[in-house]
Amino acid sequence: MIWVDTIIQGVLLGGLYALFAAGLSLVFGIMRLVNLAHGDLIVFGAYLILVVVSVLGLNPFLAAIVAAPVMFVLGWVLQKIVLNRTLGEDILPPLLVTFGLSIVIQNGLLEGFSADSQRISLGALETASVSLGQISLGVMPLLTFASAVAVIVGLNQLFYRTAIGRAFRATSDDPTTASLMGIRPDRVFASATAIAMLVVTIAALYLGTRANFDPNIGPARLIYAFEAVIIGGLGSLWGTLAGGIIIGVAQTLGAAVNPEWQILAGHVAFLIVLLVRPRGLFPRGG
Amino acid sequence: MAILETRGLRASYGDFQALFGVDIRLEAGETVAIIGANGAGKTTLMRSITGVLKNAAEEIVHKGTDIGHLPADTIMKRGVAMVPEGRKLFPSLSVEENLVIGGQHKGGRDLGDRIDSFLSRFTGGPDPMEPAAGHQGTGYWSLETIYDLFPILRERRHNPGTALSGGQQQMVAIGRALMSNPDVLLCDEISLGLAPVVIKDIYAALPKIKQSGASVIVVEQDIGQAMAVADRVYCMMEGRVTLEGRPDEISRDDIHAAYFGAAV
Amino acid sequence: MATPYAVTTRTPASSVAMIFGLILVAVLFAAPAFAGRGTIQDLFFILTMLVLAQFWNLLAGYGGLVSVGQQAFVGLGAYALYGAVILGGIDPVVSILIAGLAALVLAVPTAFFAFRLQGAYFAIGTWVIAEVARLSVAQWRAVGGGTGTSLPRDALREMMLVDWIGEAFDVRASAARDILAYWLALTLAVATIAGIYWLLRTKRGLALAAVRDNTEAARSVGVDAGRMKWVVFLTSAFGTGLAGGMIYLQKARISPDAAFSVTDWTAYVIFIVVIGGIGTIEGPIIGVLVLFLLQSFLADFGTWYLMILGLIGIGVMLFAPRGLWGLISERTGLQLFPVRRRLTGGPLMDKEV
Repeated sequence: MIWVDTIIQGVLLGGLYALFAAGLSLVFGIMRLVNLAHGDLIVFGAYLILVVVSVLGLNPFLAAIVAAPVMFVLGWVLQKIVLNRTLGEDILPPLLVTFGLSIVIQNGLLEGFSADSQRISLGALETASVSLGQISLGVMPLLTFASAVAVIVGLNQLFYRTAIGRAFRATSDDPTTASLMGIRPDRVFASATAIAMLVVTIAALYLGTRANFDPNIGPARLIYAFEAVIIGGLGSLWGTLAGGIIIGVAQTLGAAVNPEWQILAGHVAFLIVLLVRPRGLFPRGG
Repeated sequence: MAILETRGLRASYGDFQALFGVDIRLEAGETVAIIGANGAGKTTLMRSITGVLKNAAEEIVHKGTDIGHLPADTIMKRGVAMVPEGRKLFPSLSVEENLVIGGQHKGGRDLGDRIDSFLSRFTGGPDPMEPAAGHQGTGYWSLETIYDLFPILRERRHNPGTALSGGQQQMVAIGRALMSNPDVLLCDEISLGLAPVVIKDIYAALPKIKQSGASVIVVEQDIGQAMAVADRVYCMMEGRVTLEGRPDEISRDDIHAAYFGAAV
Repeated sequence: MATPYAVTTRTPASSVAMIFGLILVAVLFAAPAFAGRGTIQDLFFILTMLVLAQFWNLLAGYGGLVSVGQQAFVGLGAYALYGAVILGGIDPVVSILIAGLAALVLAVPTAFFAFRLQGAYFAIGTWVIAEVARLSVAQWRAVGGGTGTSLPRDALREMMLVDWIGEAFDVRASAARDILAYWLALTLAVATIAGIYWLLRTKRGLALAAVRDNTEAARSVGVDAGRMKWVVFLTSAFGTGLAGGMIYLQKARISPDAAFSVTDWTAYVIFIVVIGGIGTIEGPIIGVLVLFLLQSFLADFGTWYLMILGLIGIGVMLFAPRGLWGLISERTGLQLFPVRRRLTGGPLMDKEV
């Protein structure tokens, strides 16, 4: 029974990783840009929510709603002013610029908030749980997982049911021909990053409320997100959720054996999938 | 006044100059054909007019406005639509989505335009969006009228665009361009690689397109086809216009000389 | 008078640079005779960072393989050295070779995994593997597990050449060890630059540039892109492992978090190469000097230092993607390590081409 519990906890943890990954996946899908600062942007979002909570005294969920438009605009400006300049055949500029951005964000946060661990308090909700037979499930893990599913459903709707989703797909296929349709690829990319930052805000809310965070934990989140994307197969958001779940379960199982093995077990699961299915579990297209 | 005009248009790819002062003119309601061998500069001319290739200012004029420096999407919003060489359907979009996307950004100024226009007040540059305002088009074309023009597309509307035959893909590409209700329609090599019977079907749509109020430029390698549909013909060679005239005014020998450069 | 045709890569500037370089190396070798211990330690830092930067540049600038996981090989090399000294009782200087070999051996499975990932994903893939290495080494109790360990005093005291250096320069053993480490680092740096320069001028090296510029085209003219990637990756791992061993021999104390630090062994290195000029041998040399100067002025400001470095890196990448050396060689046409072959001599060639 303890194993069933461990696996369920792992599945729910996978929801958090899928949230980390969804924004990364969205941006990569549309402009083939891998943002090495993605994890740091999530941590930045968590600090932003923390500030809103402490300054305005808002509930963290409301604070996230306040933070979301700020993150949206930040994403738009970042893409329009900085990242659009790096797009092209050469993979070096986007990688090195986002890597530099990662270092800047981390150290900016260190300067502003010190290396001390922080946590966004949710009061009683933090420990609230519901019982299913002998298994007790935390309300927050359940909420995280539900949010991940909602984000993926929402992004899929956006992608396949709206005009901007059509523009995303067309620009991803062929930016030059898209411009002949009255689409400005630069703006499509800016909108995509802005939307990805809304997802980042949701991820940041759960990152900050479920555990302690400090300015240095961004890269590790990037790595979990990346592993989830690769395991799931590029371009498939449901695959990303599956990938997140695999990392989550591997981590909780590893931790059940030896707490020191938690992170290592997740990485090893990733390497095994890479070995067996190099294109991921649910690759899109041929 | 011509609806579209190039004045001494030059274009280069890096160090390689592809156009050397091209003057062409399209009157409202006209169909103009541009013929020439491979590498004559026809596609470069199309890419320049549509803004895909960056141009110097004051070399391309649309309805009295210099559009030479404008980005491709703005030129499209002004009413210059393009059927690109090779059709270039979006593989991720269905047939219907390919058509819809052709019309979803037509005319007016969208939010992005407004933001850029707002920012240009502070950066001091010219408002790059201003000429985009106002194009309403003829309003004739919609999904329904496109499907009436090419009925096969209605049947295949939910297929991925790239699952269609070459001729059907060309119909989608034409329909996609018409969806913006353009006043200028540029067609680049629309018969290339298609069977004669299919080419006939596609050119059969031309009268209807003209009727809808669009002036048309067709780029063709098939001289016979070009002469059959055009009110006027330009022949290009090595980045220059070598011949201009009405199909009934010019002889086969003229064309041969202009096309290949050799005296007959 | 017409001189005969000749294919050469040499330019007047490169000949001058060669002579100047030889003099510089000679002076640097003699430096312990007139420089204080602090200077020697600074030079050691510069030289080891230069080695790391040259190898990362070989990977990313010439091989198109952007790795964010080079700390894996620094850490593995360093830990191999500690393992060899502590568990095997091998002389630390000899163990440096073991450090390189260990990194080389572990680079094989690393490449096997990472080469399954393309472009940007390769970058994060190498990072994952470095994390796996860090977490695994933290489980290795014999070398201190997660908290790390020090090199045993006996091993340091009995290290080869240290007594001789101590007598020759009349310094204490600790300073003599720094001098030894410095000489080793200088040798490695010279060998690295000479080796990479040689590699780039061989037929294989020219193929490498072709692969970087266009994998498809390179393949069509018969360049085996896959094999070149392996050569470059394994070479870089070996050199990075050697440098890692040396760095931690000099530090004499190690922990997994320090030895596998992405900031220390990859971020700084990337900034050195980007700021100096990626895809050139001159770039990392300039970059490491810039980094050292910035560090001297800004190190007291801690996080500000890294933030400024990050911003400079972003700025260079956006506005001068070929780095400082790119700016210099664009203006002056200077090439100290030319790799392009030029035709000289012949009837028309008495004028400079």
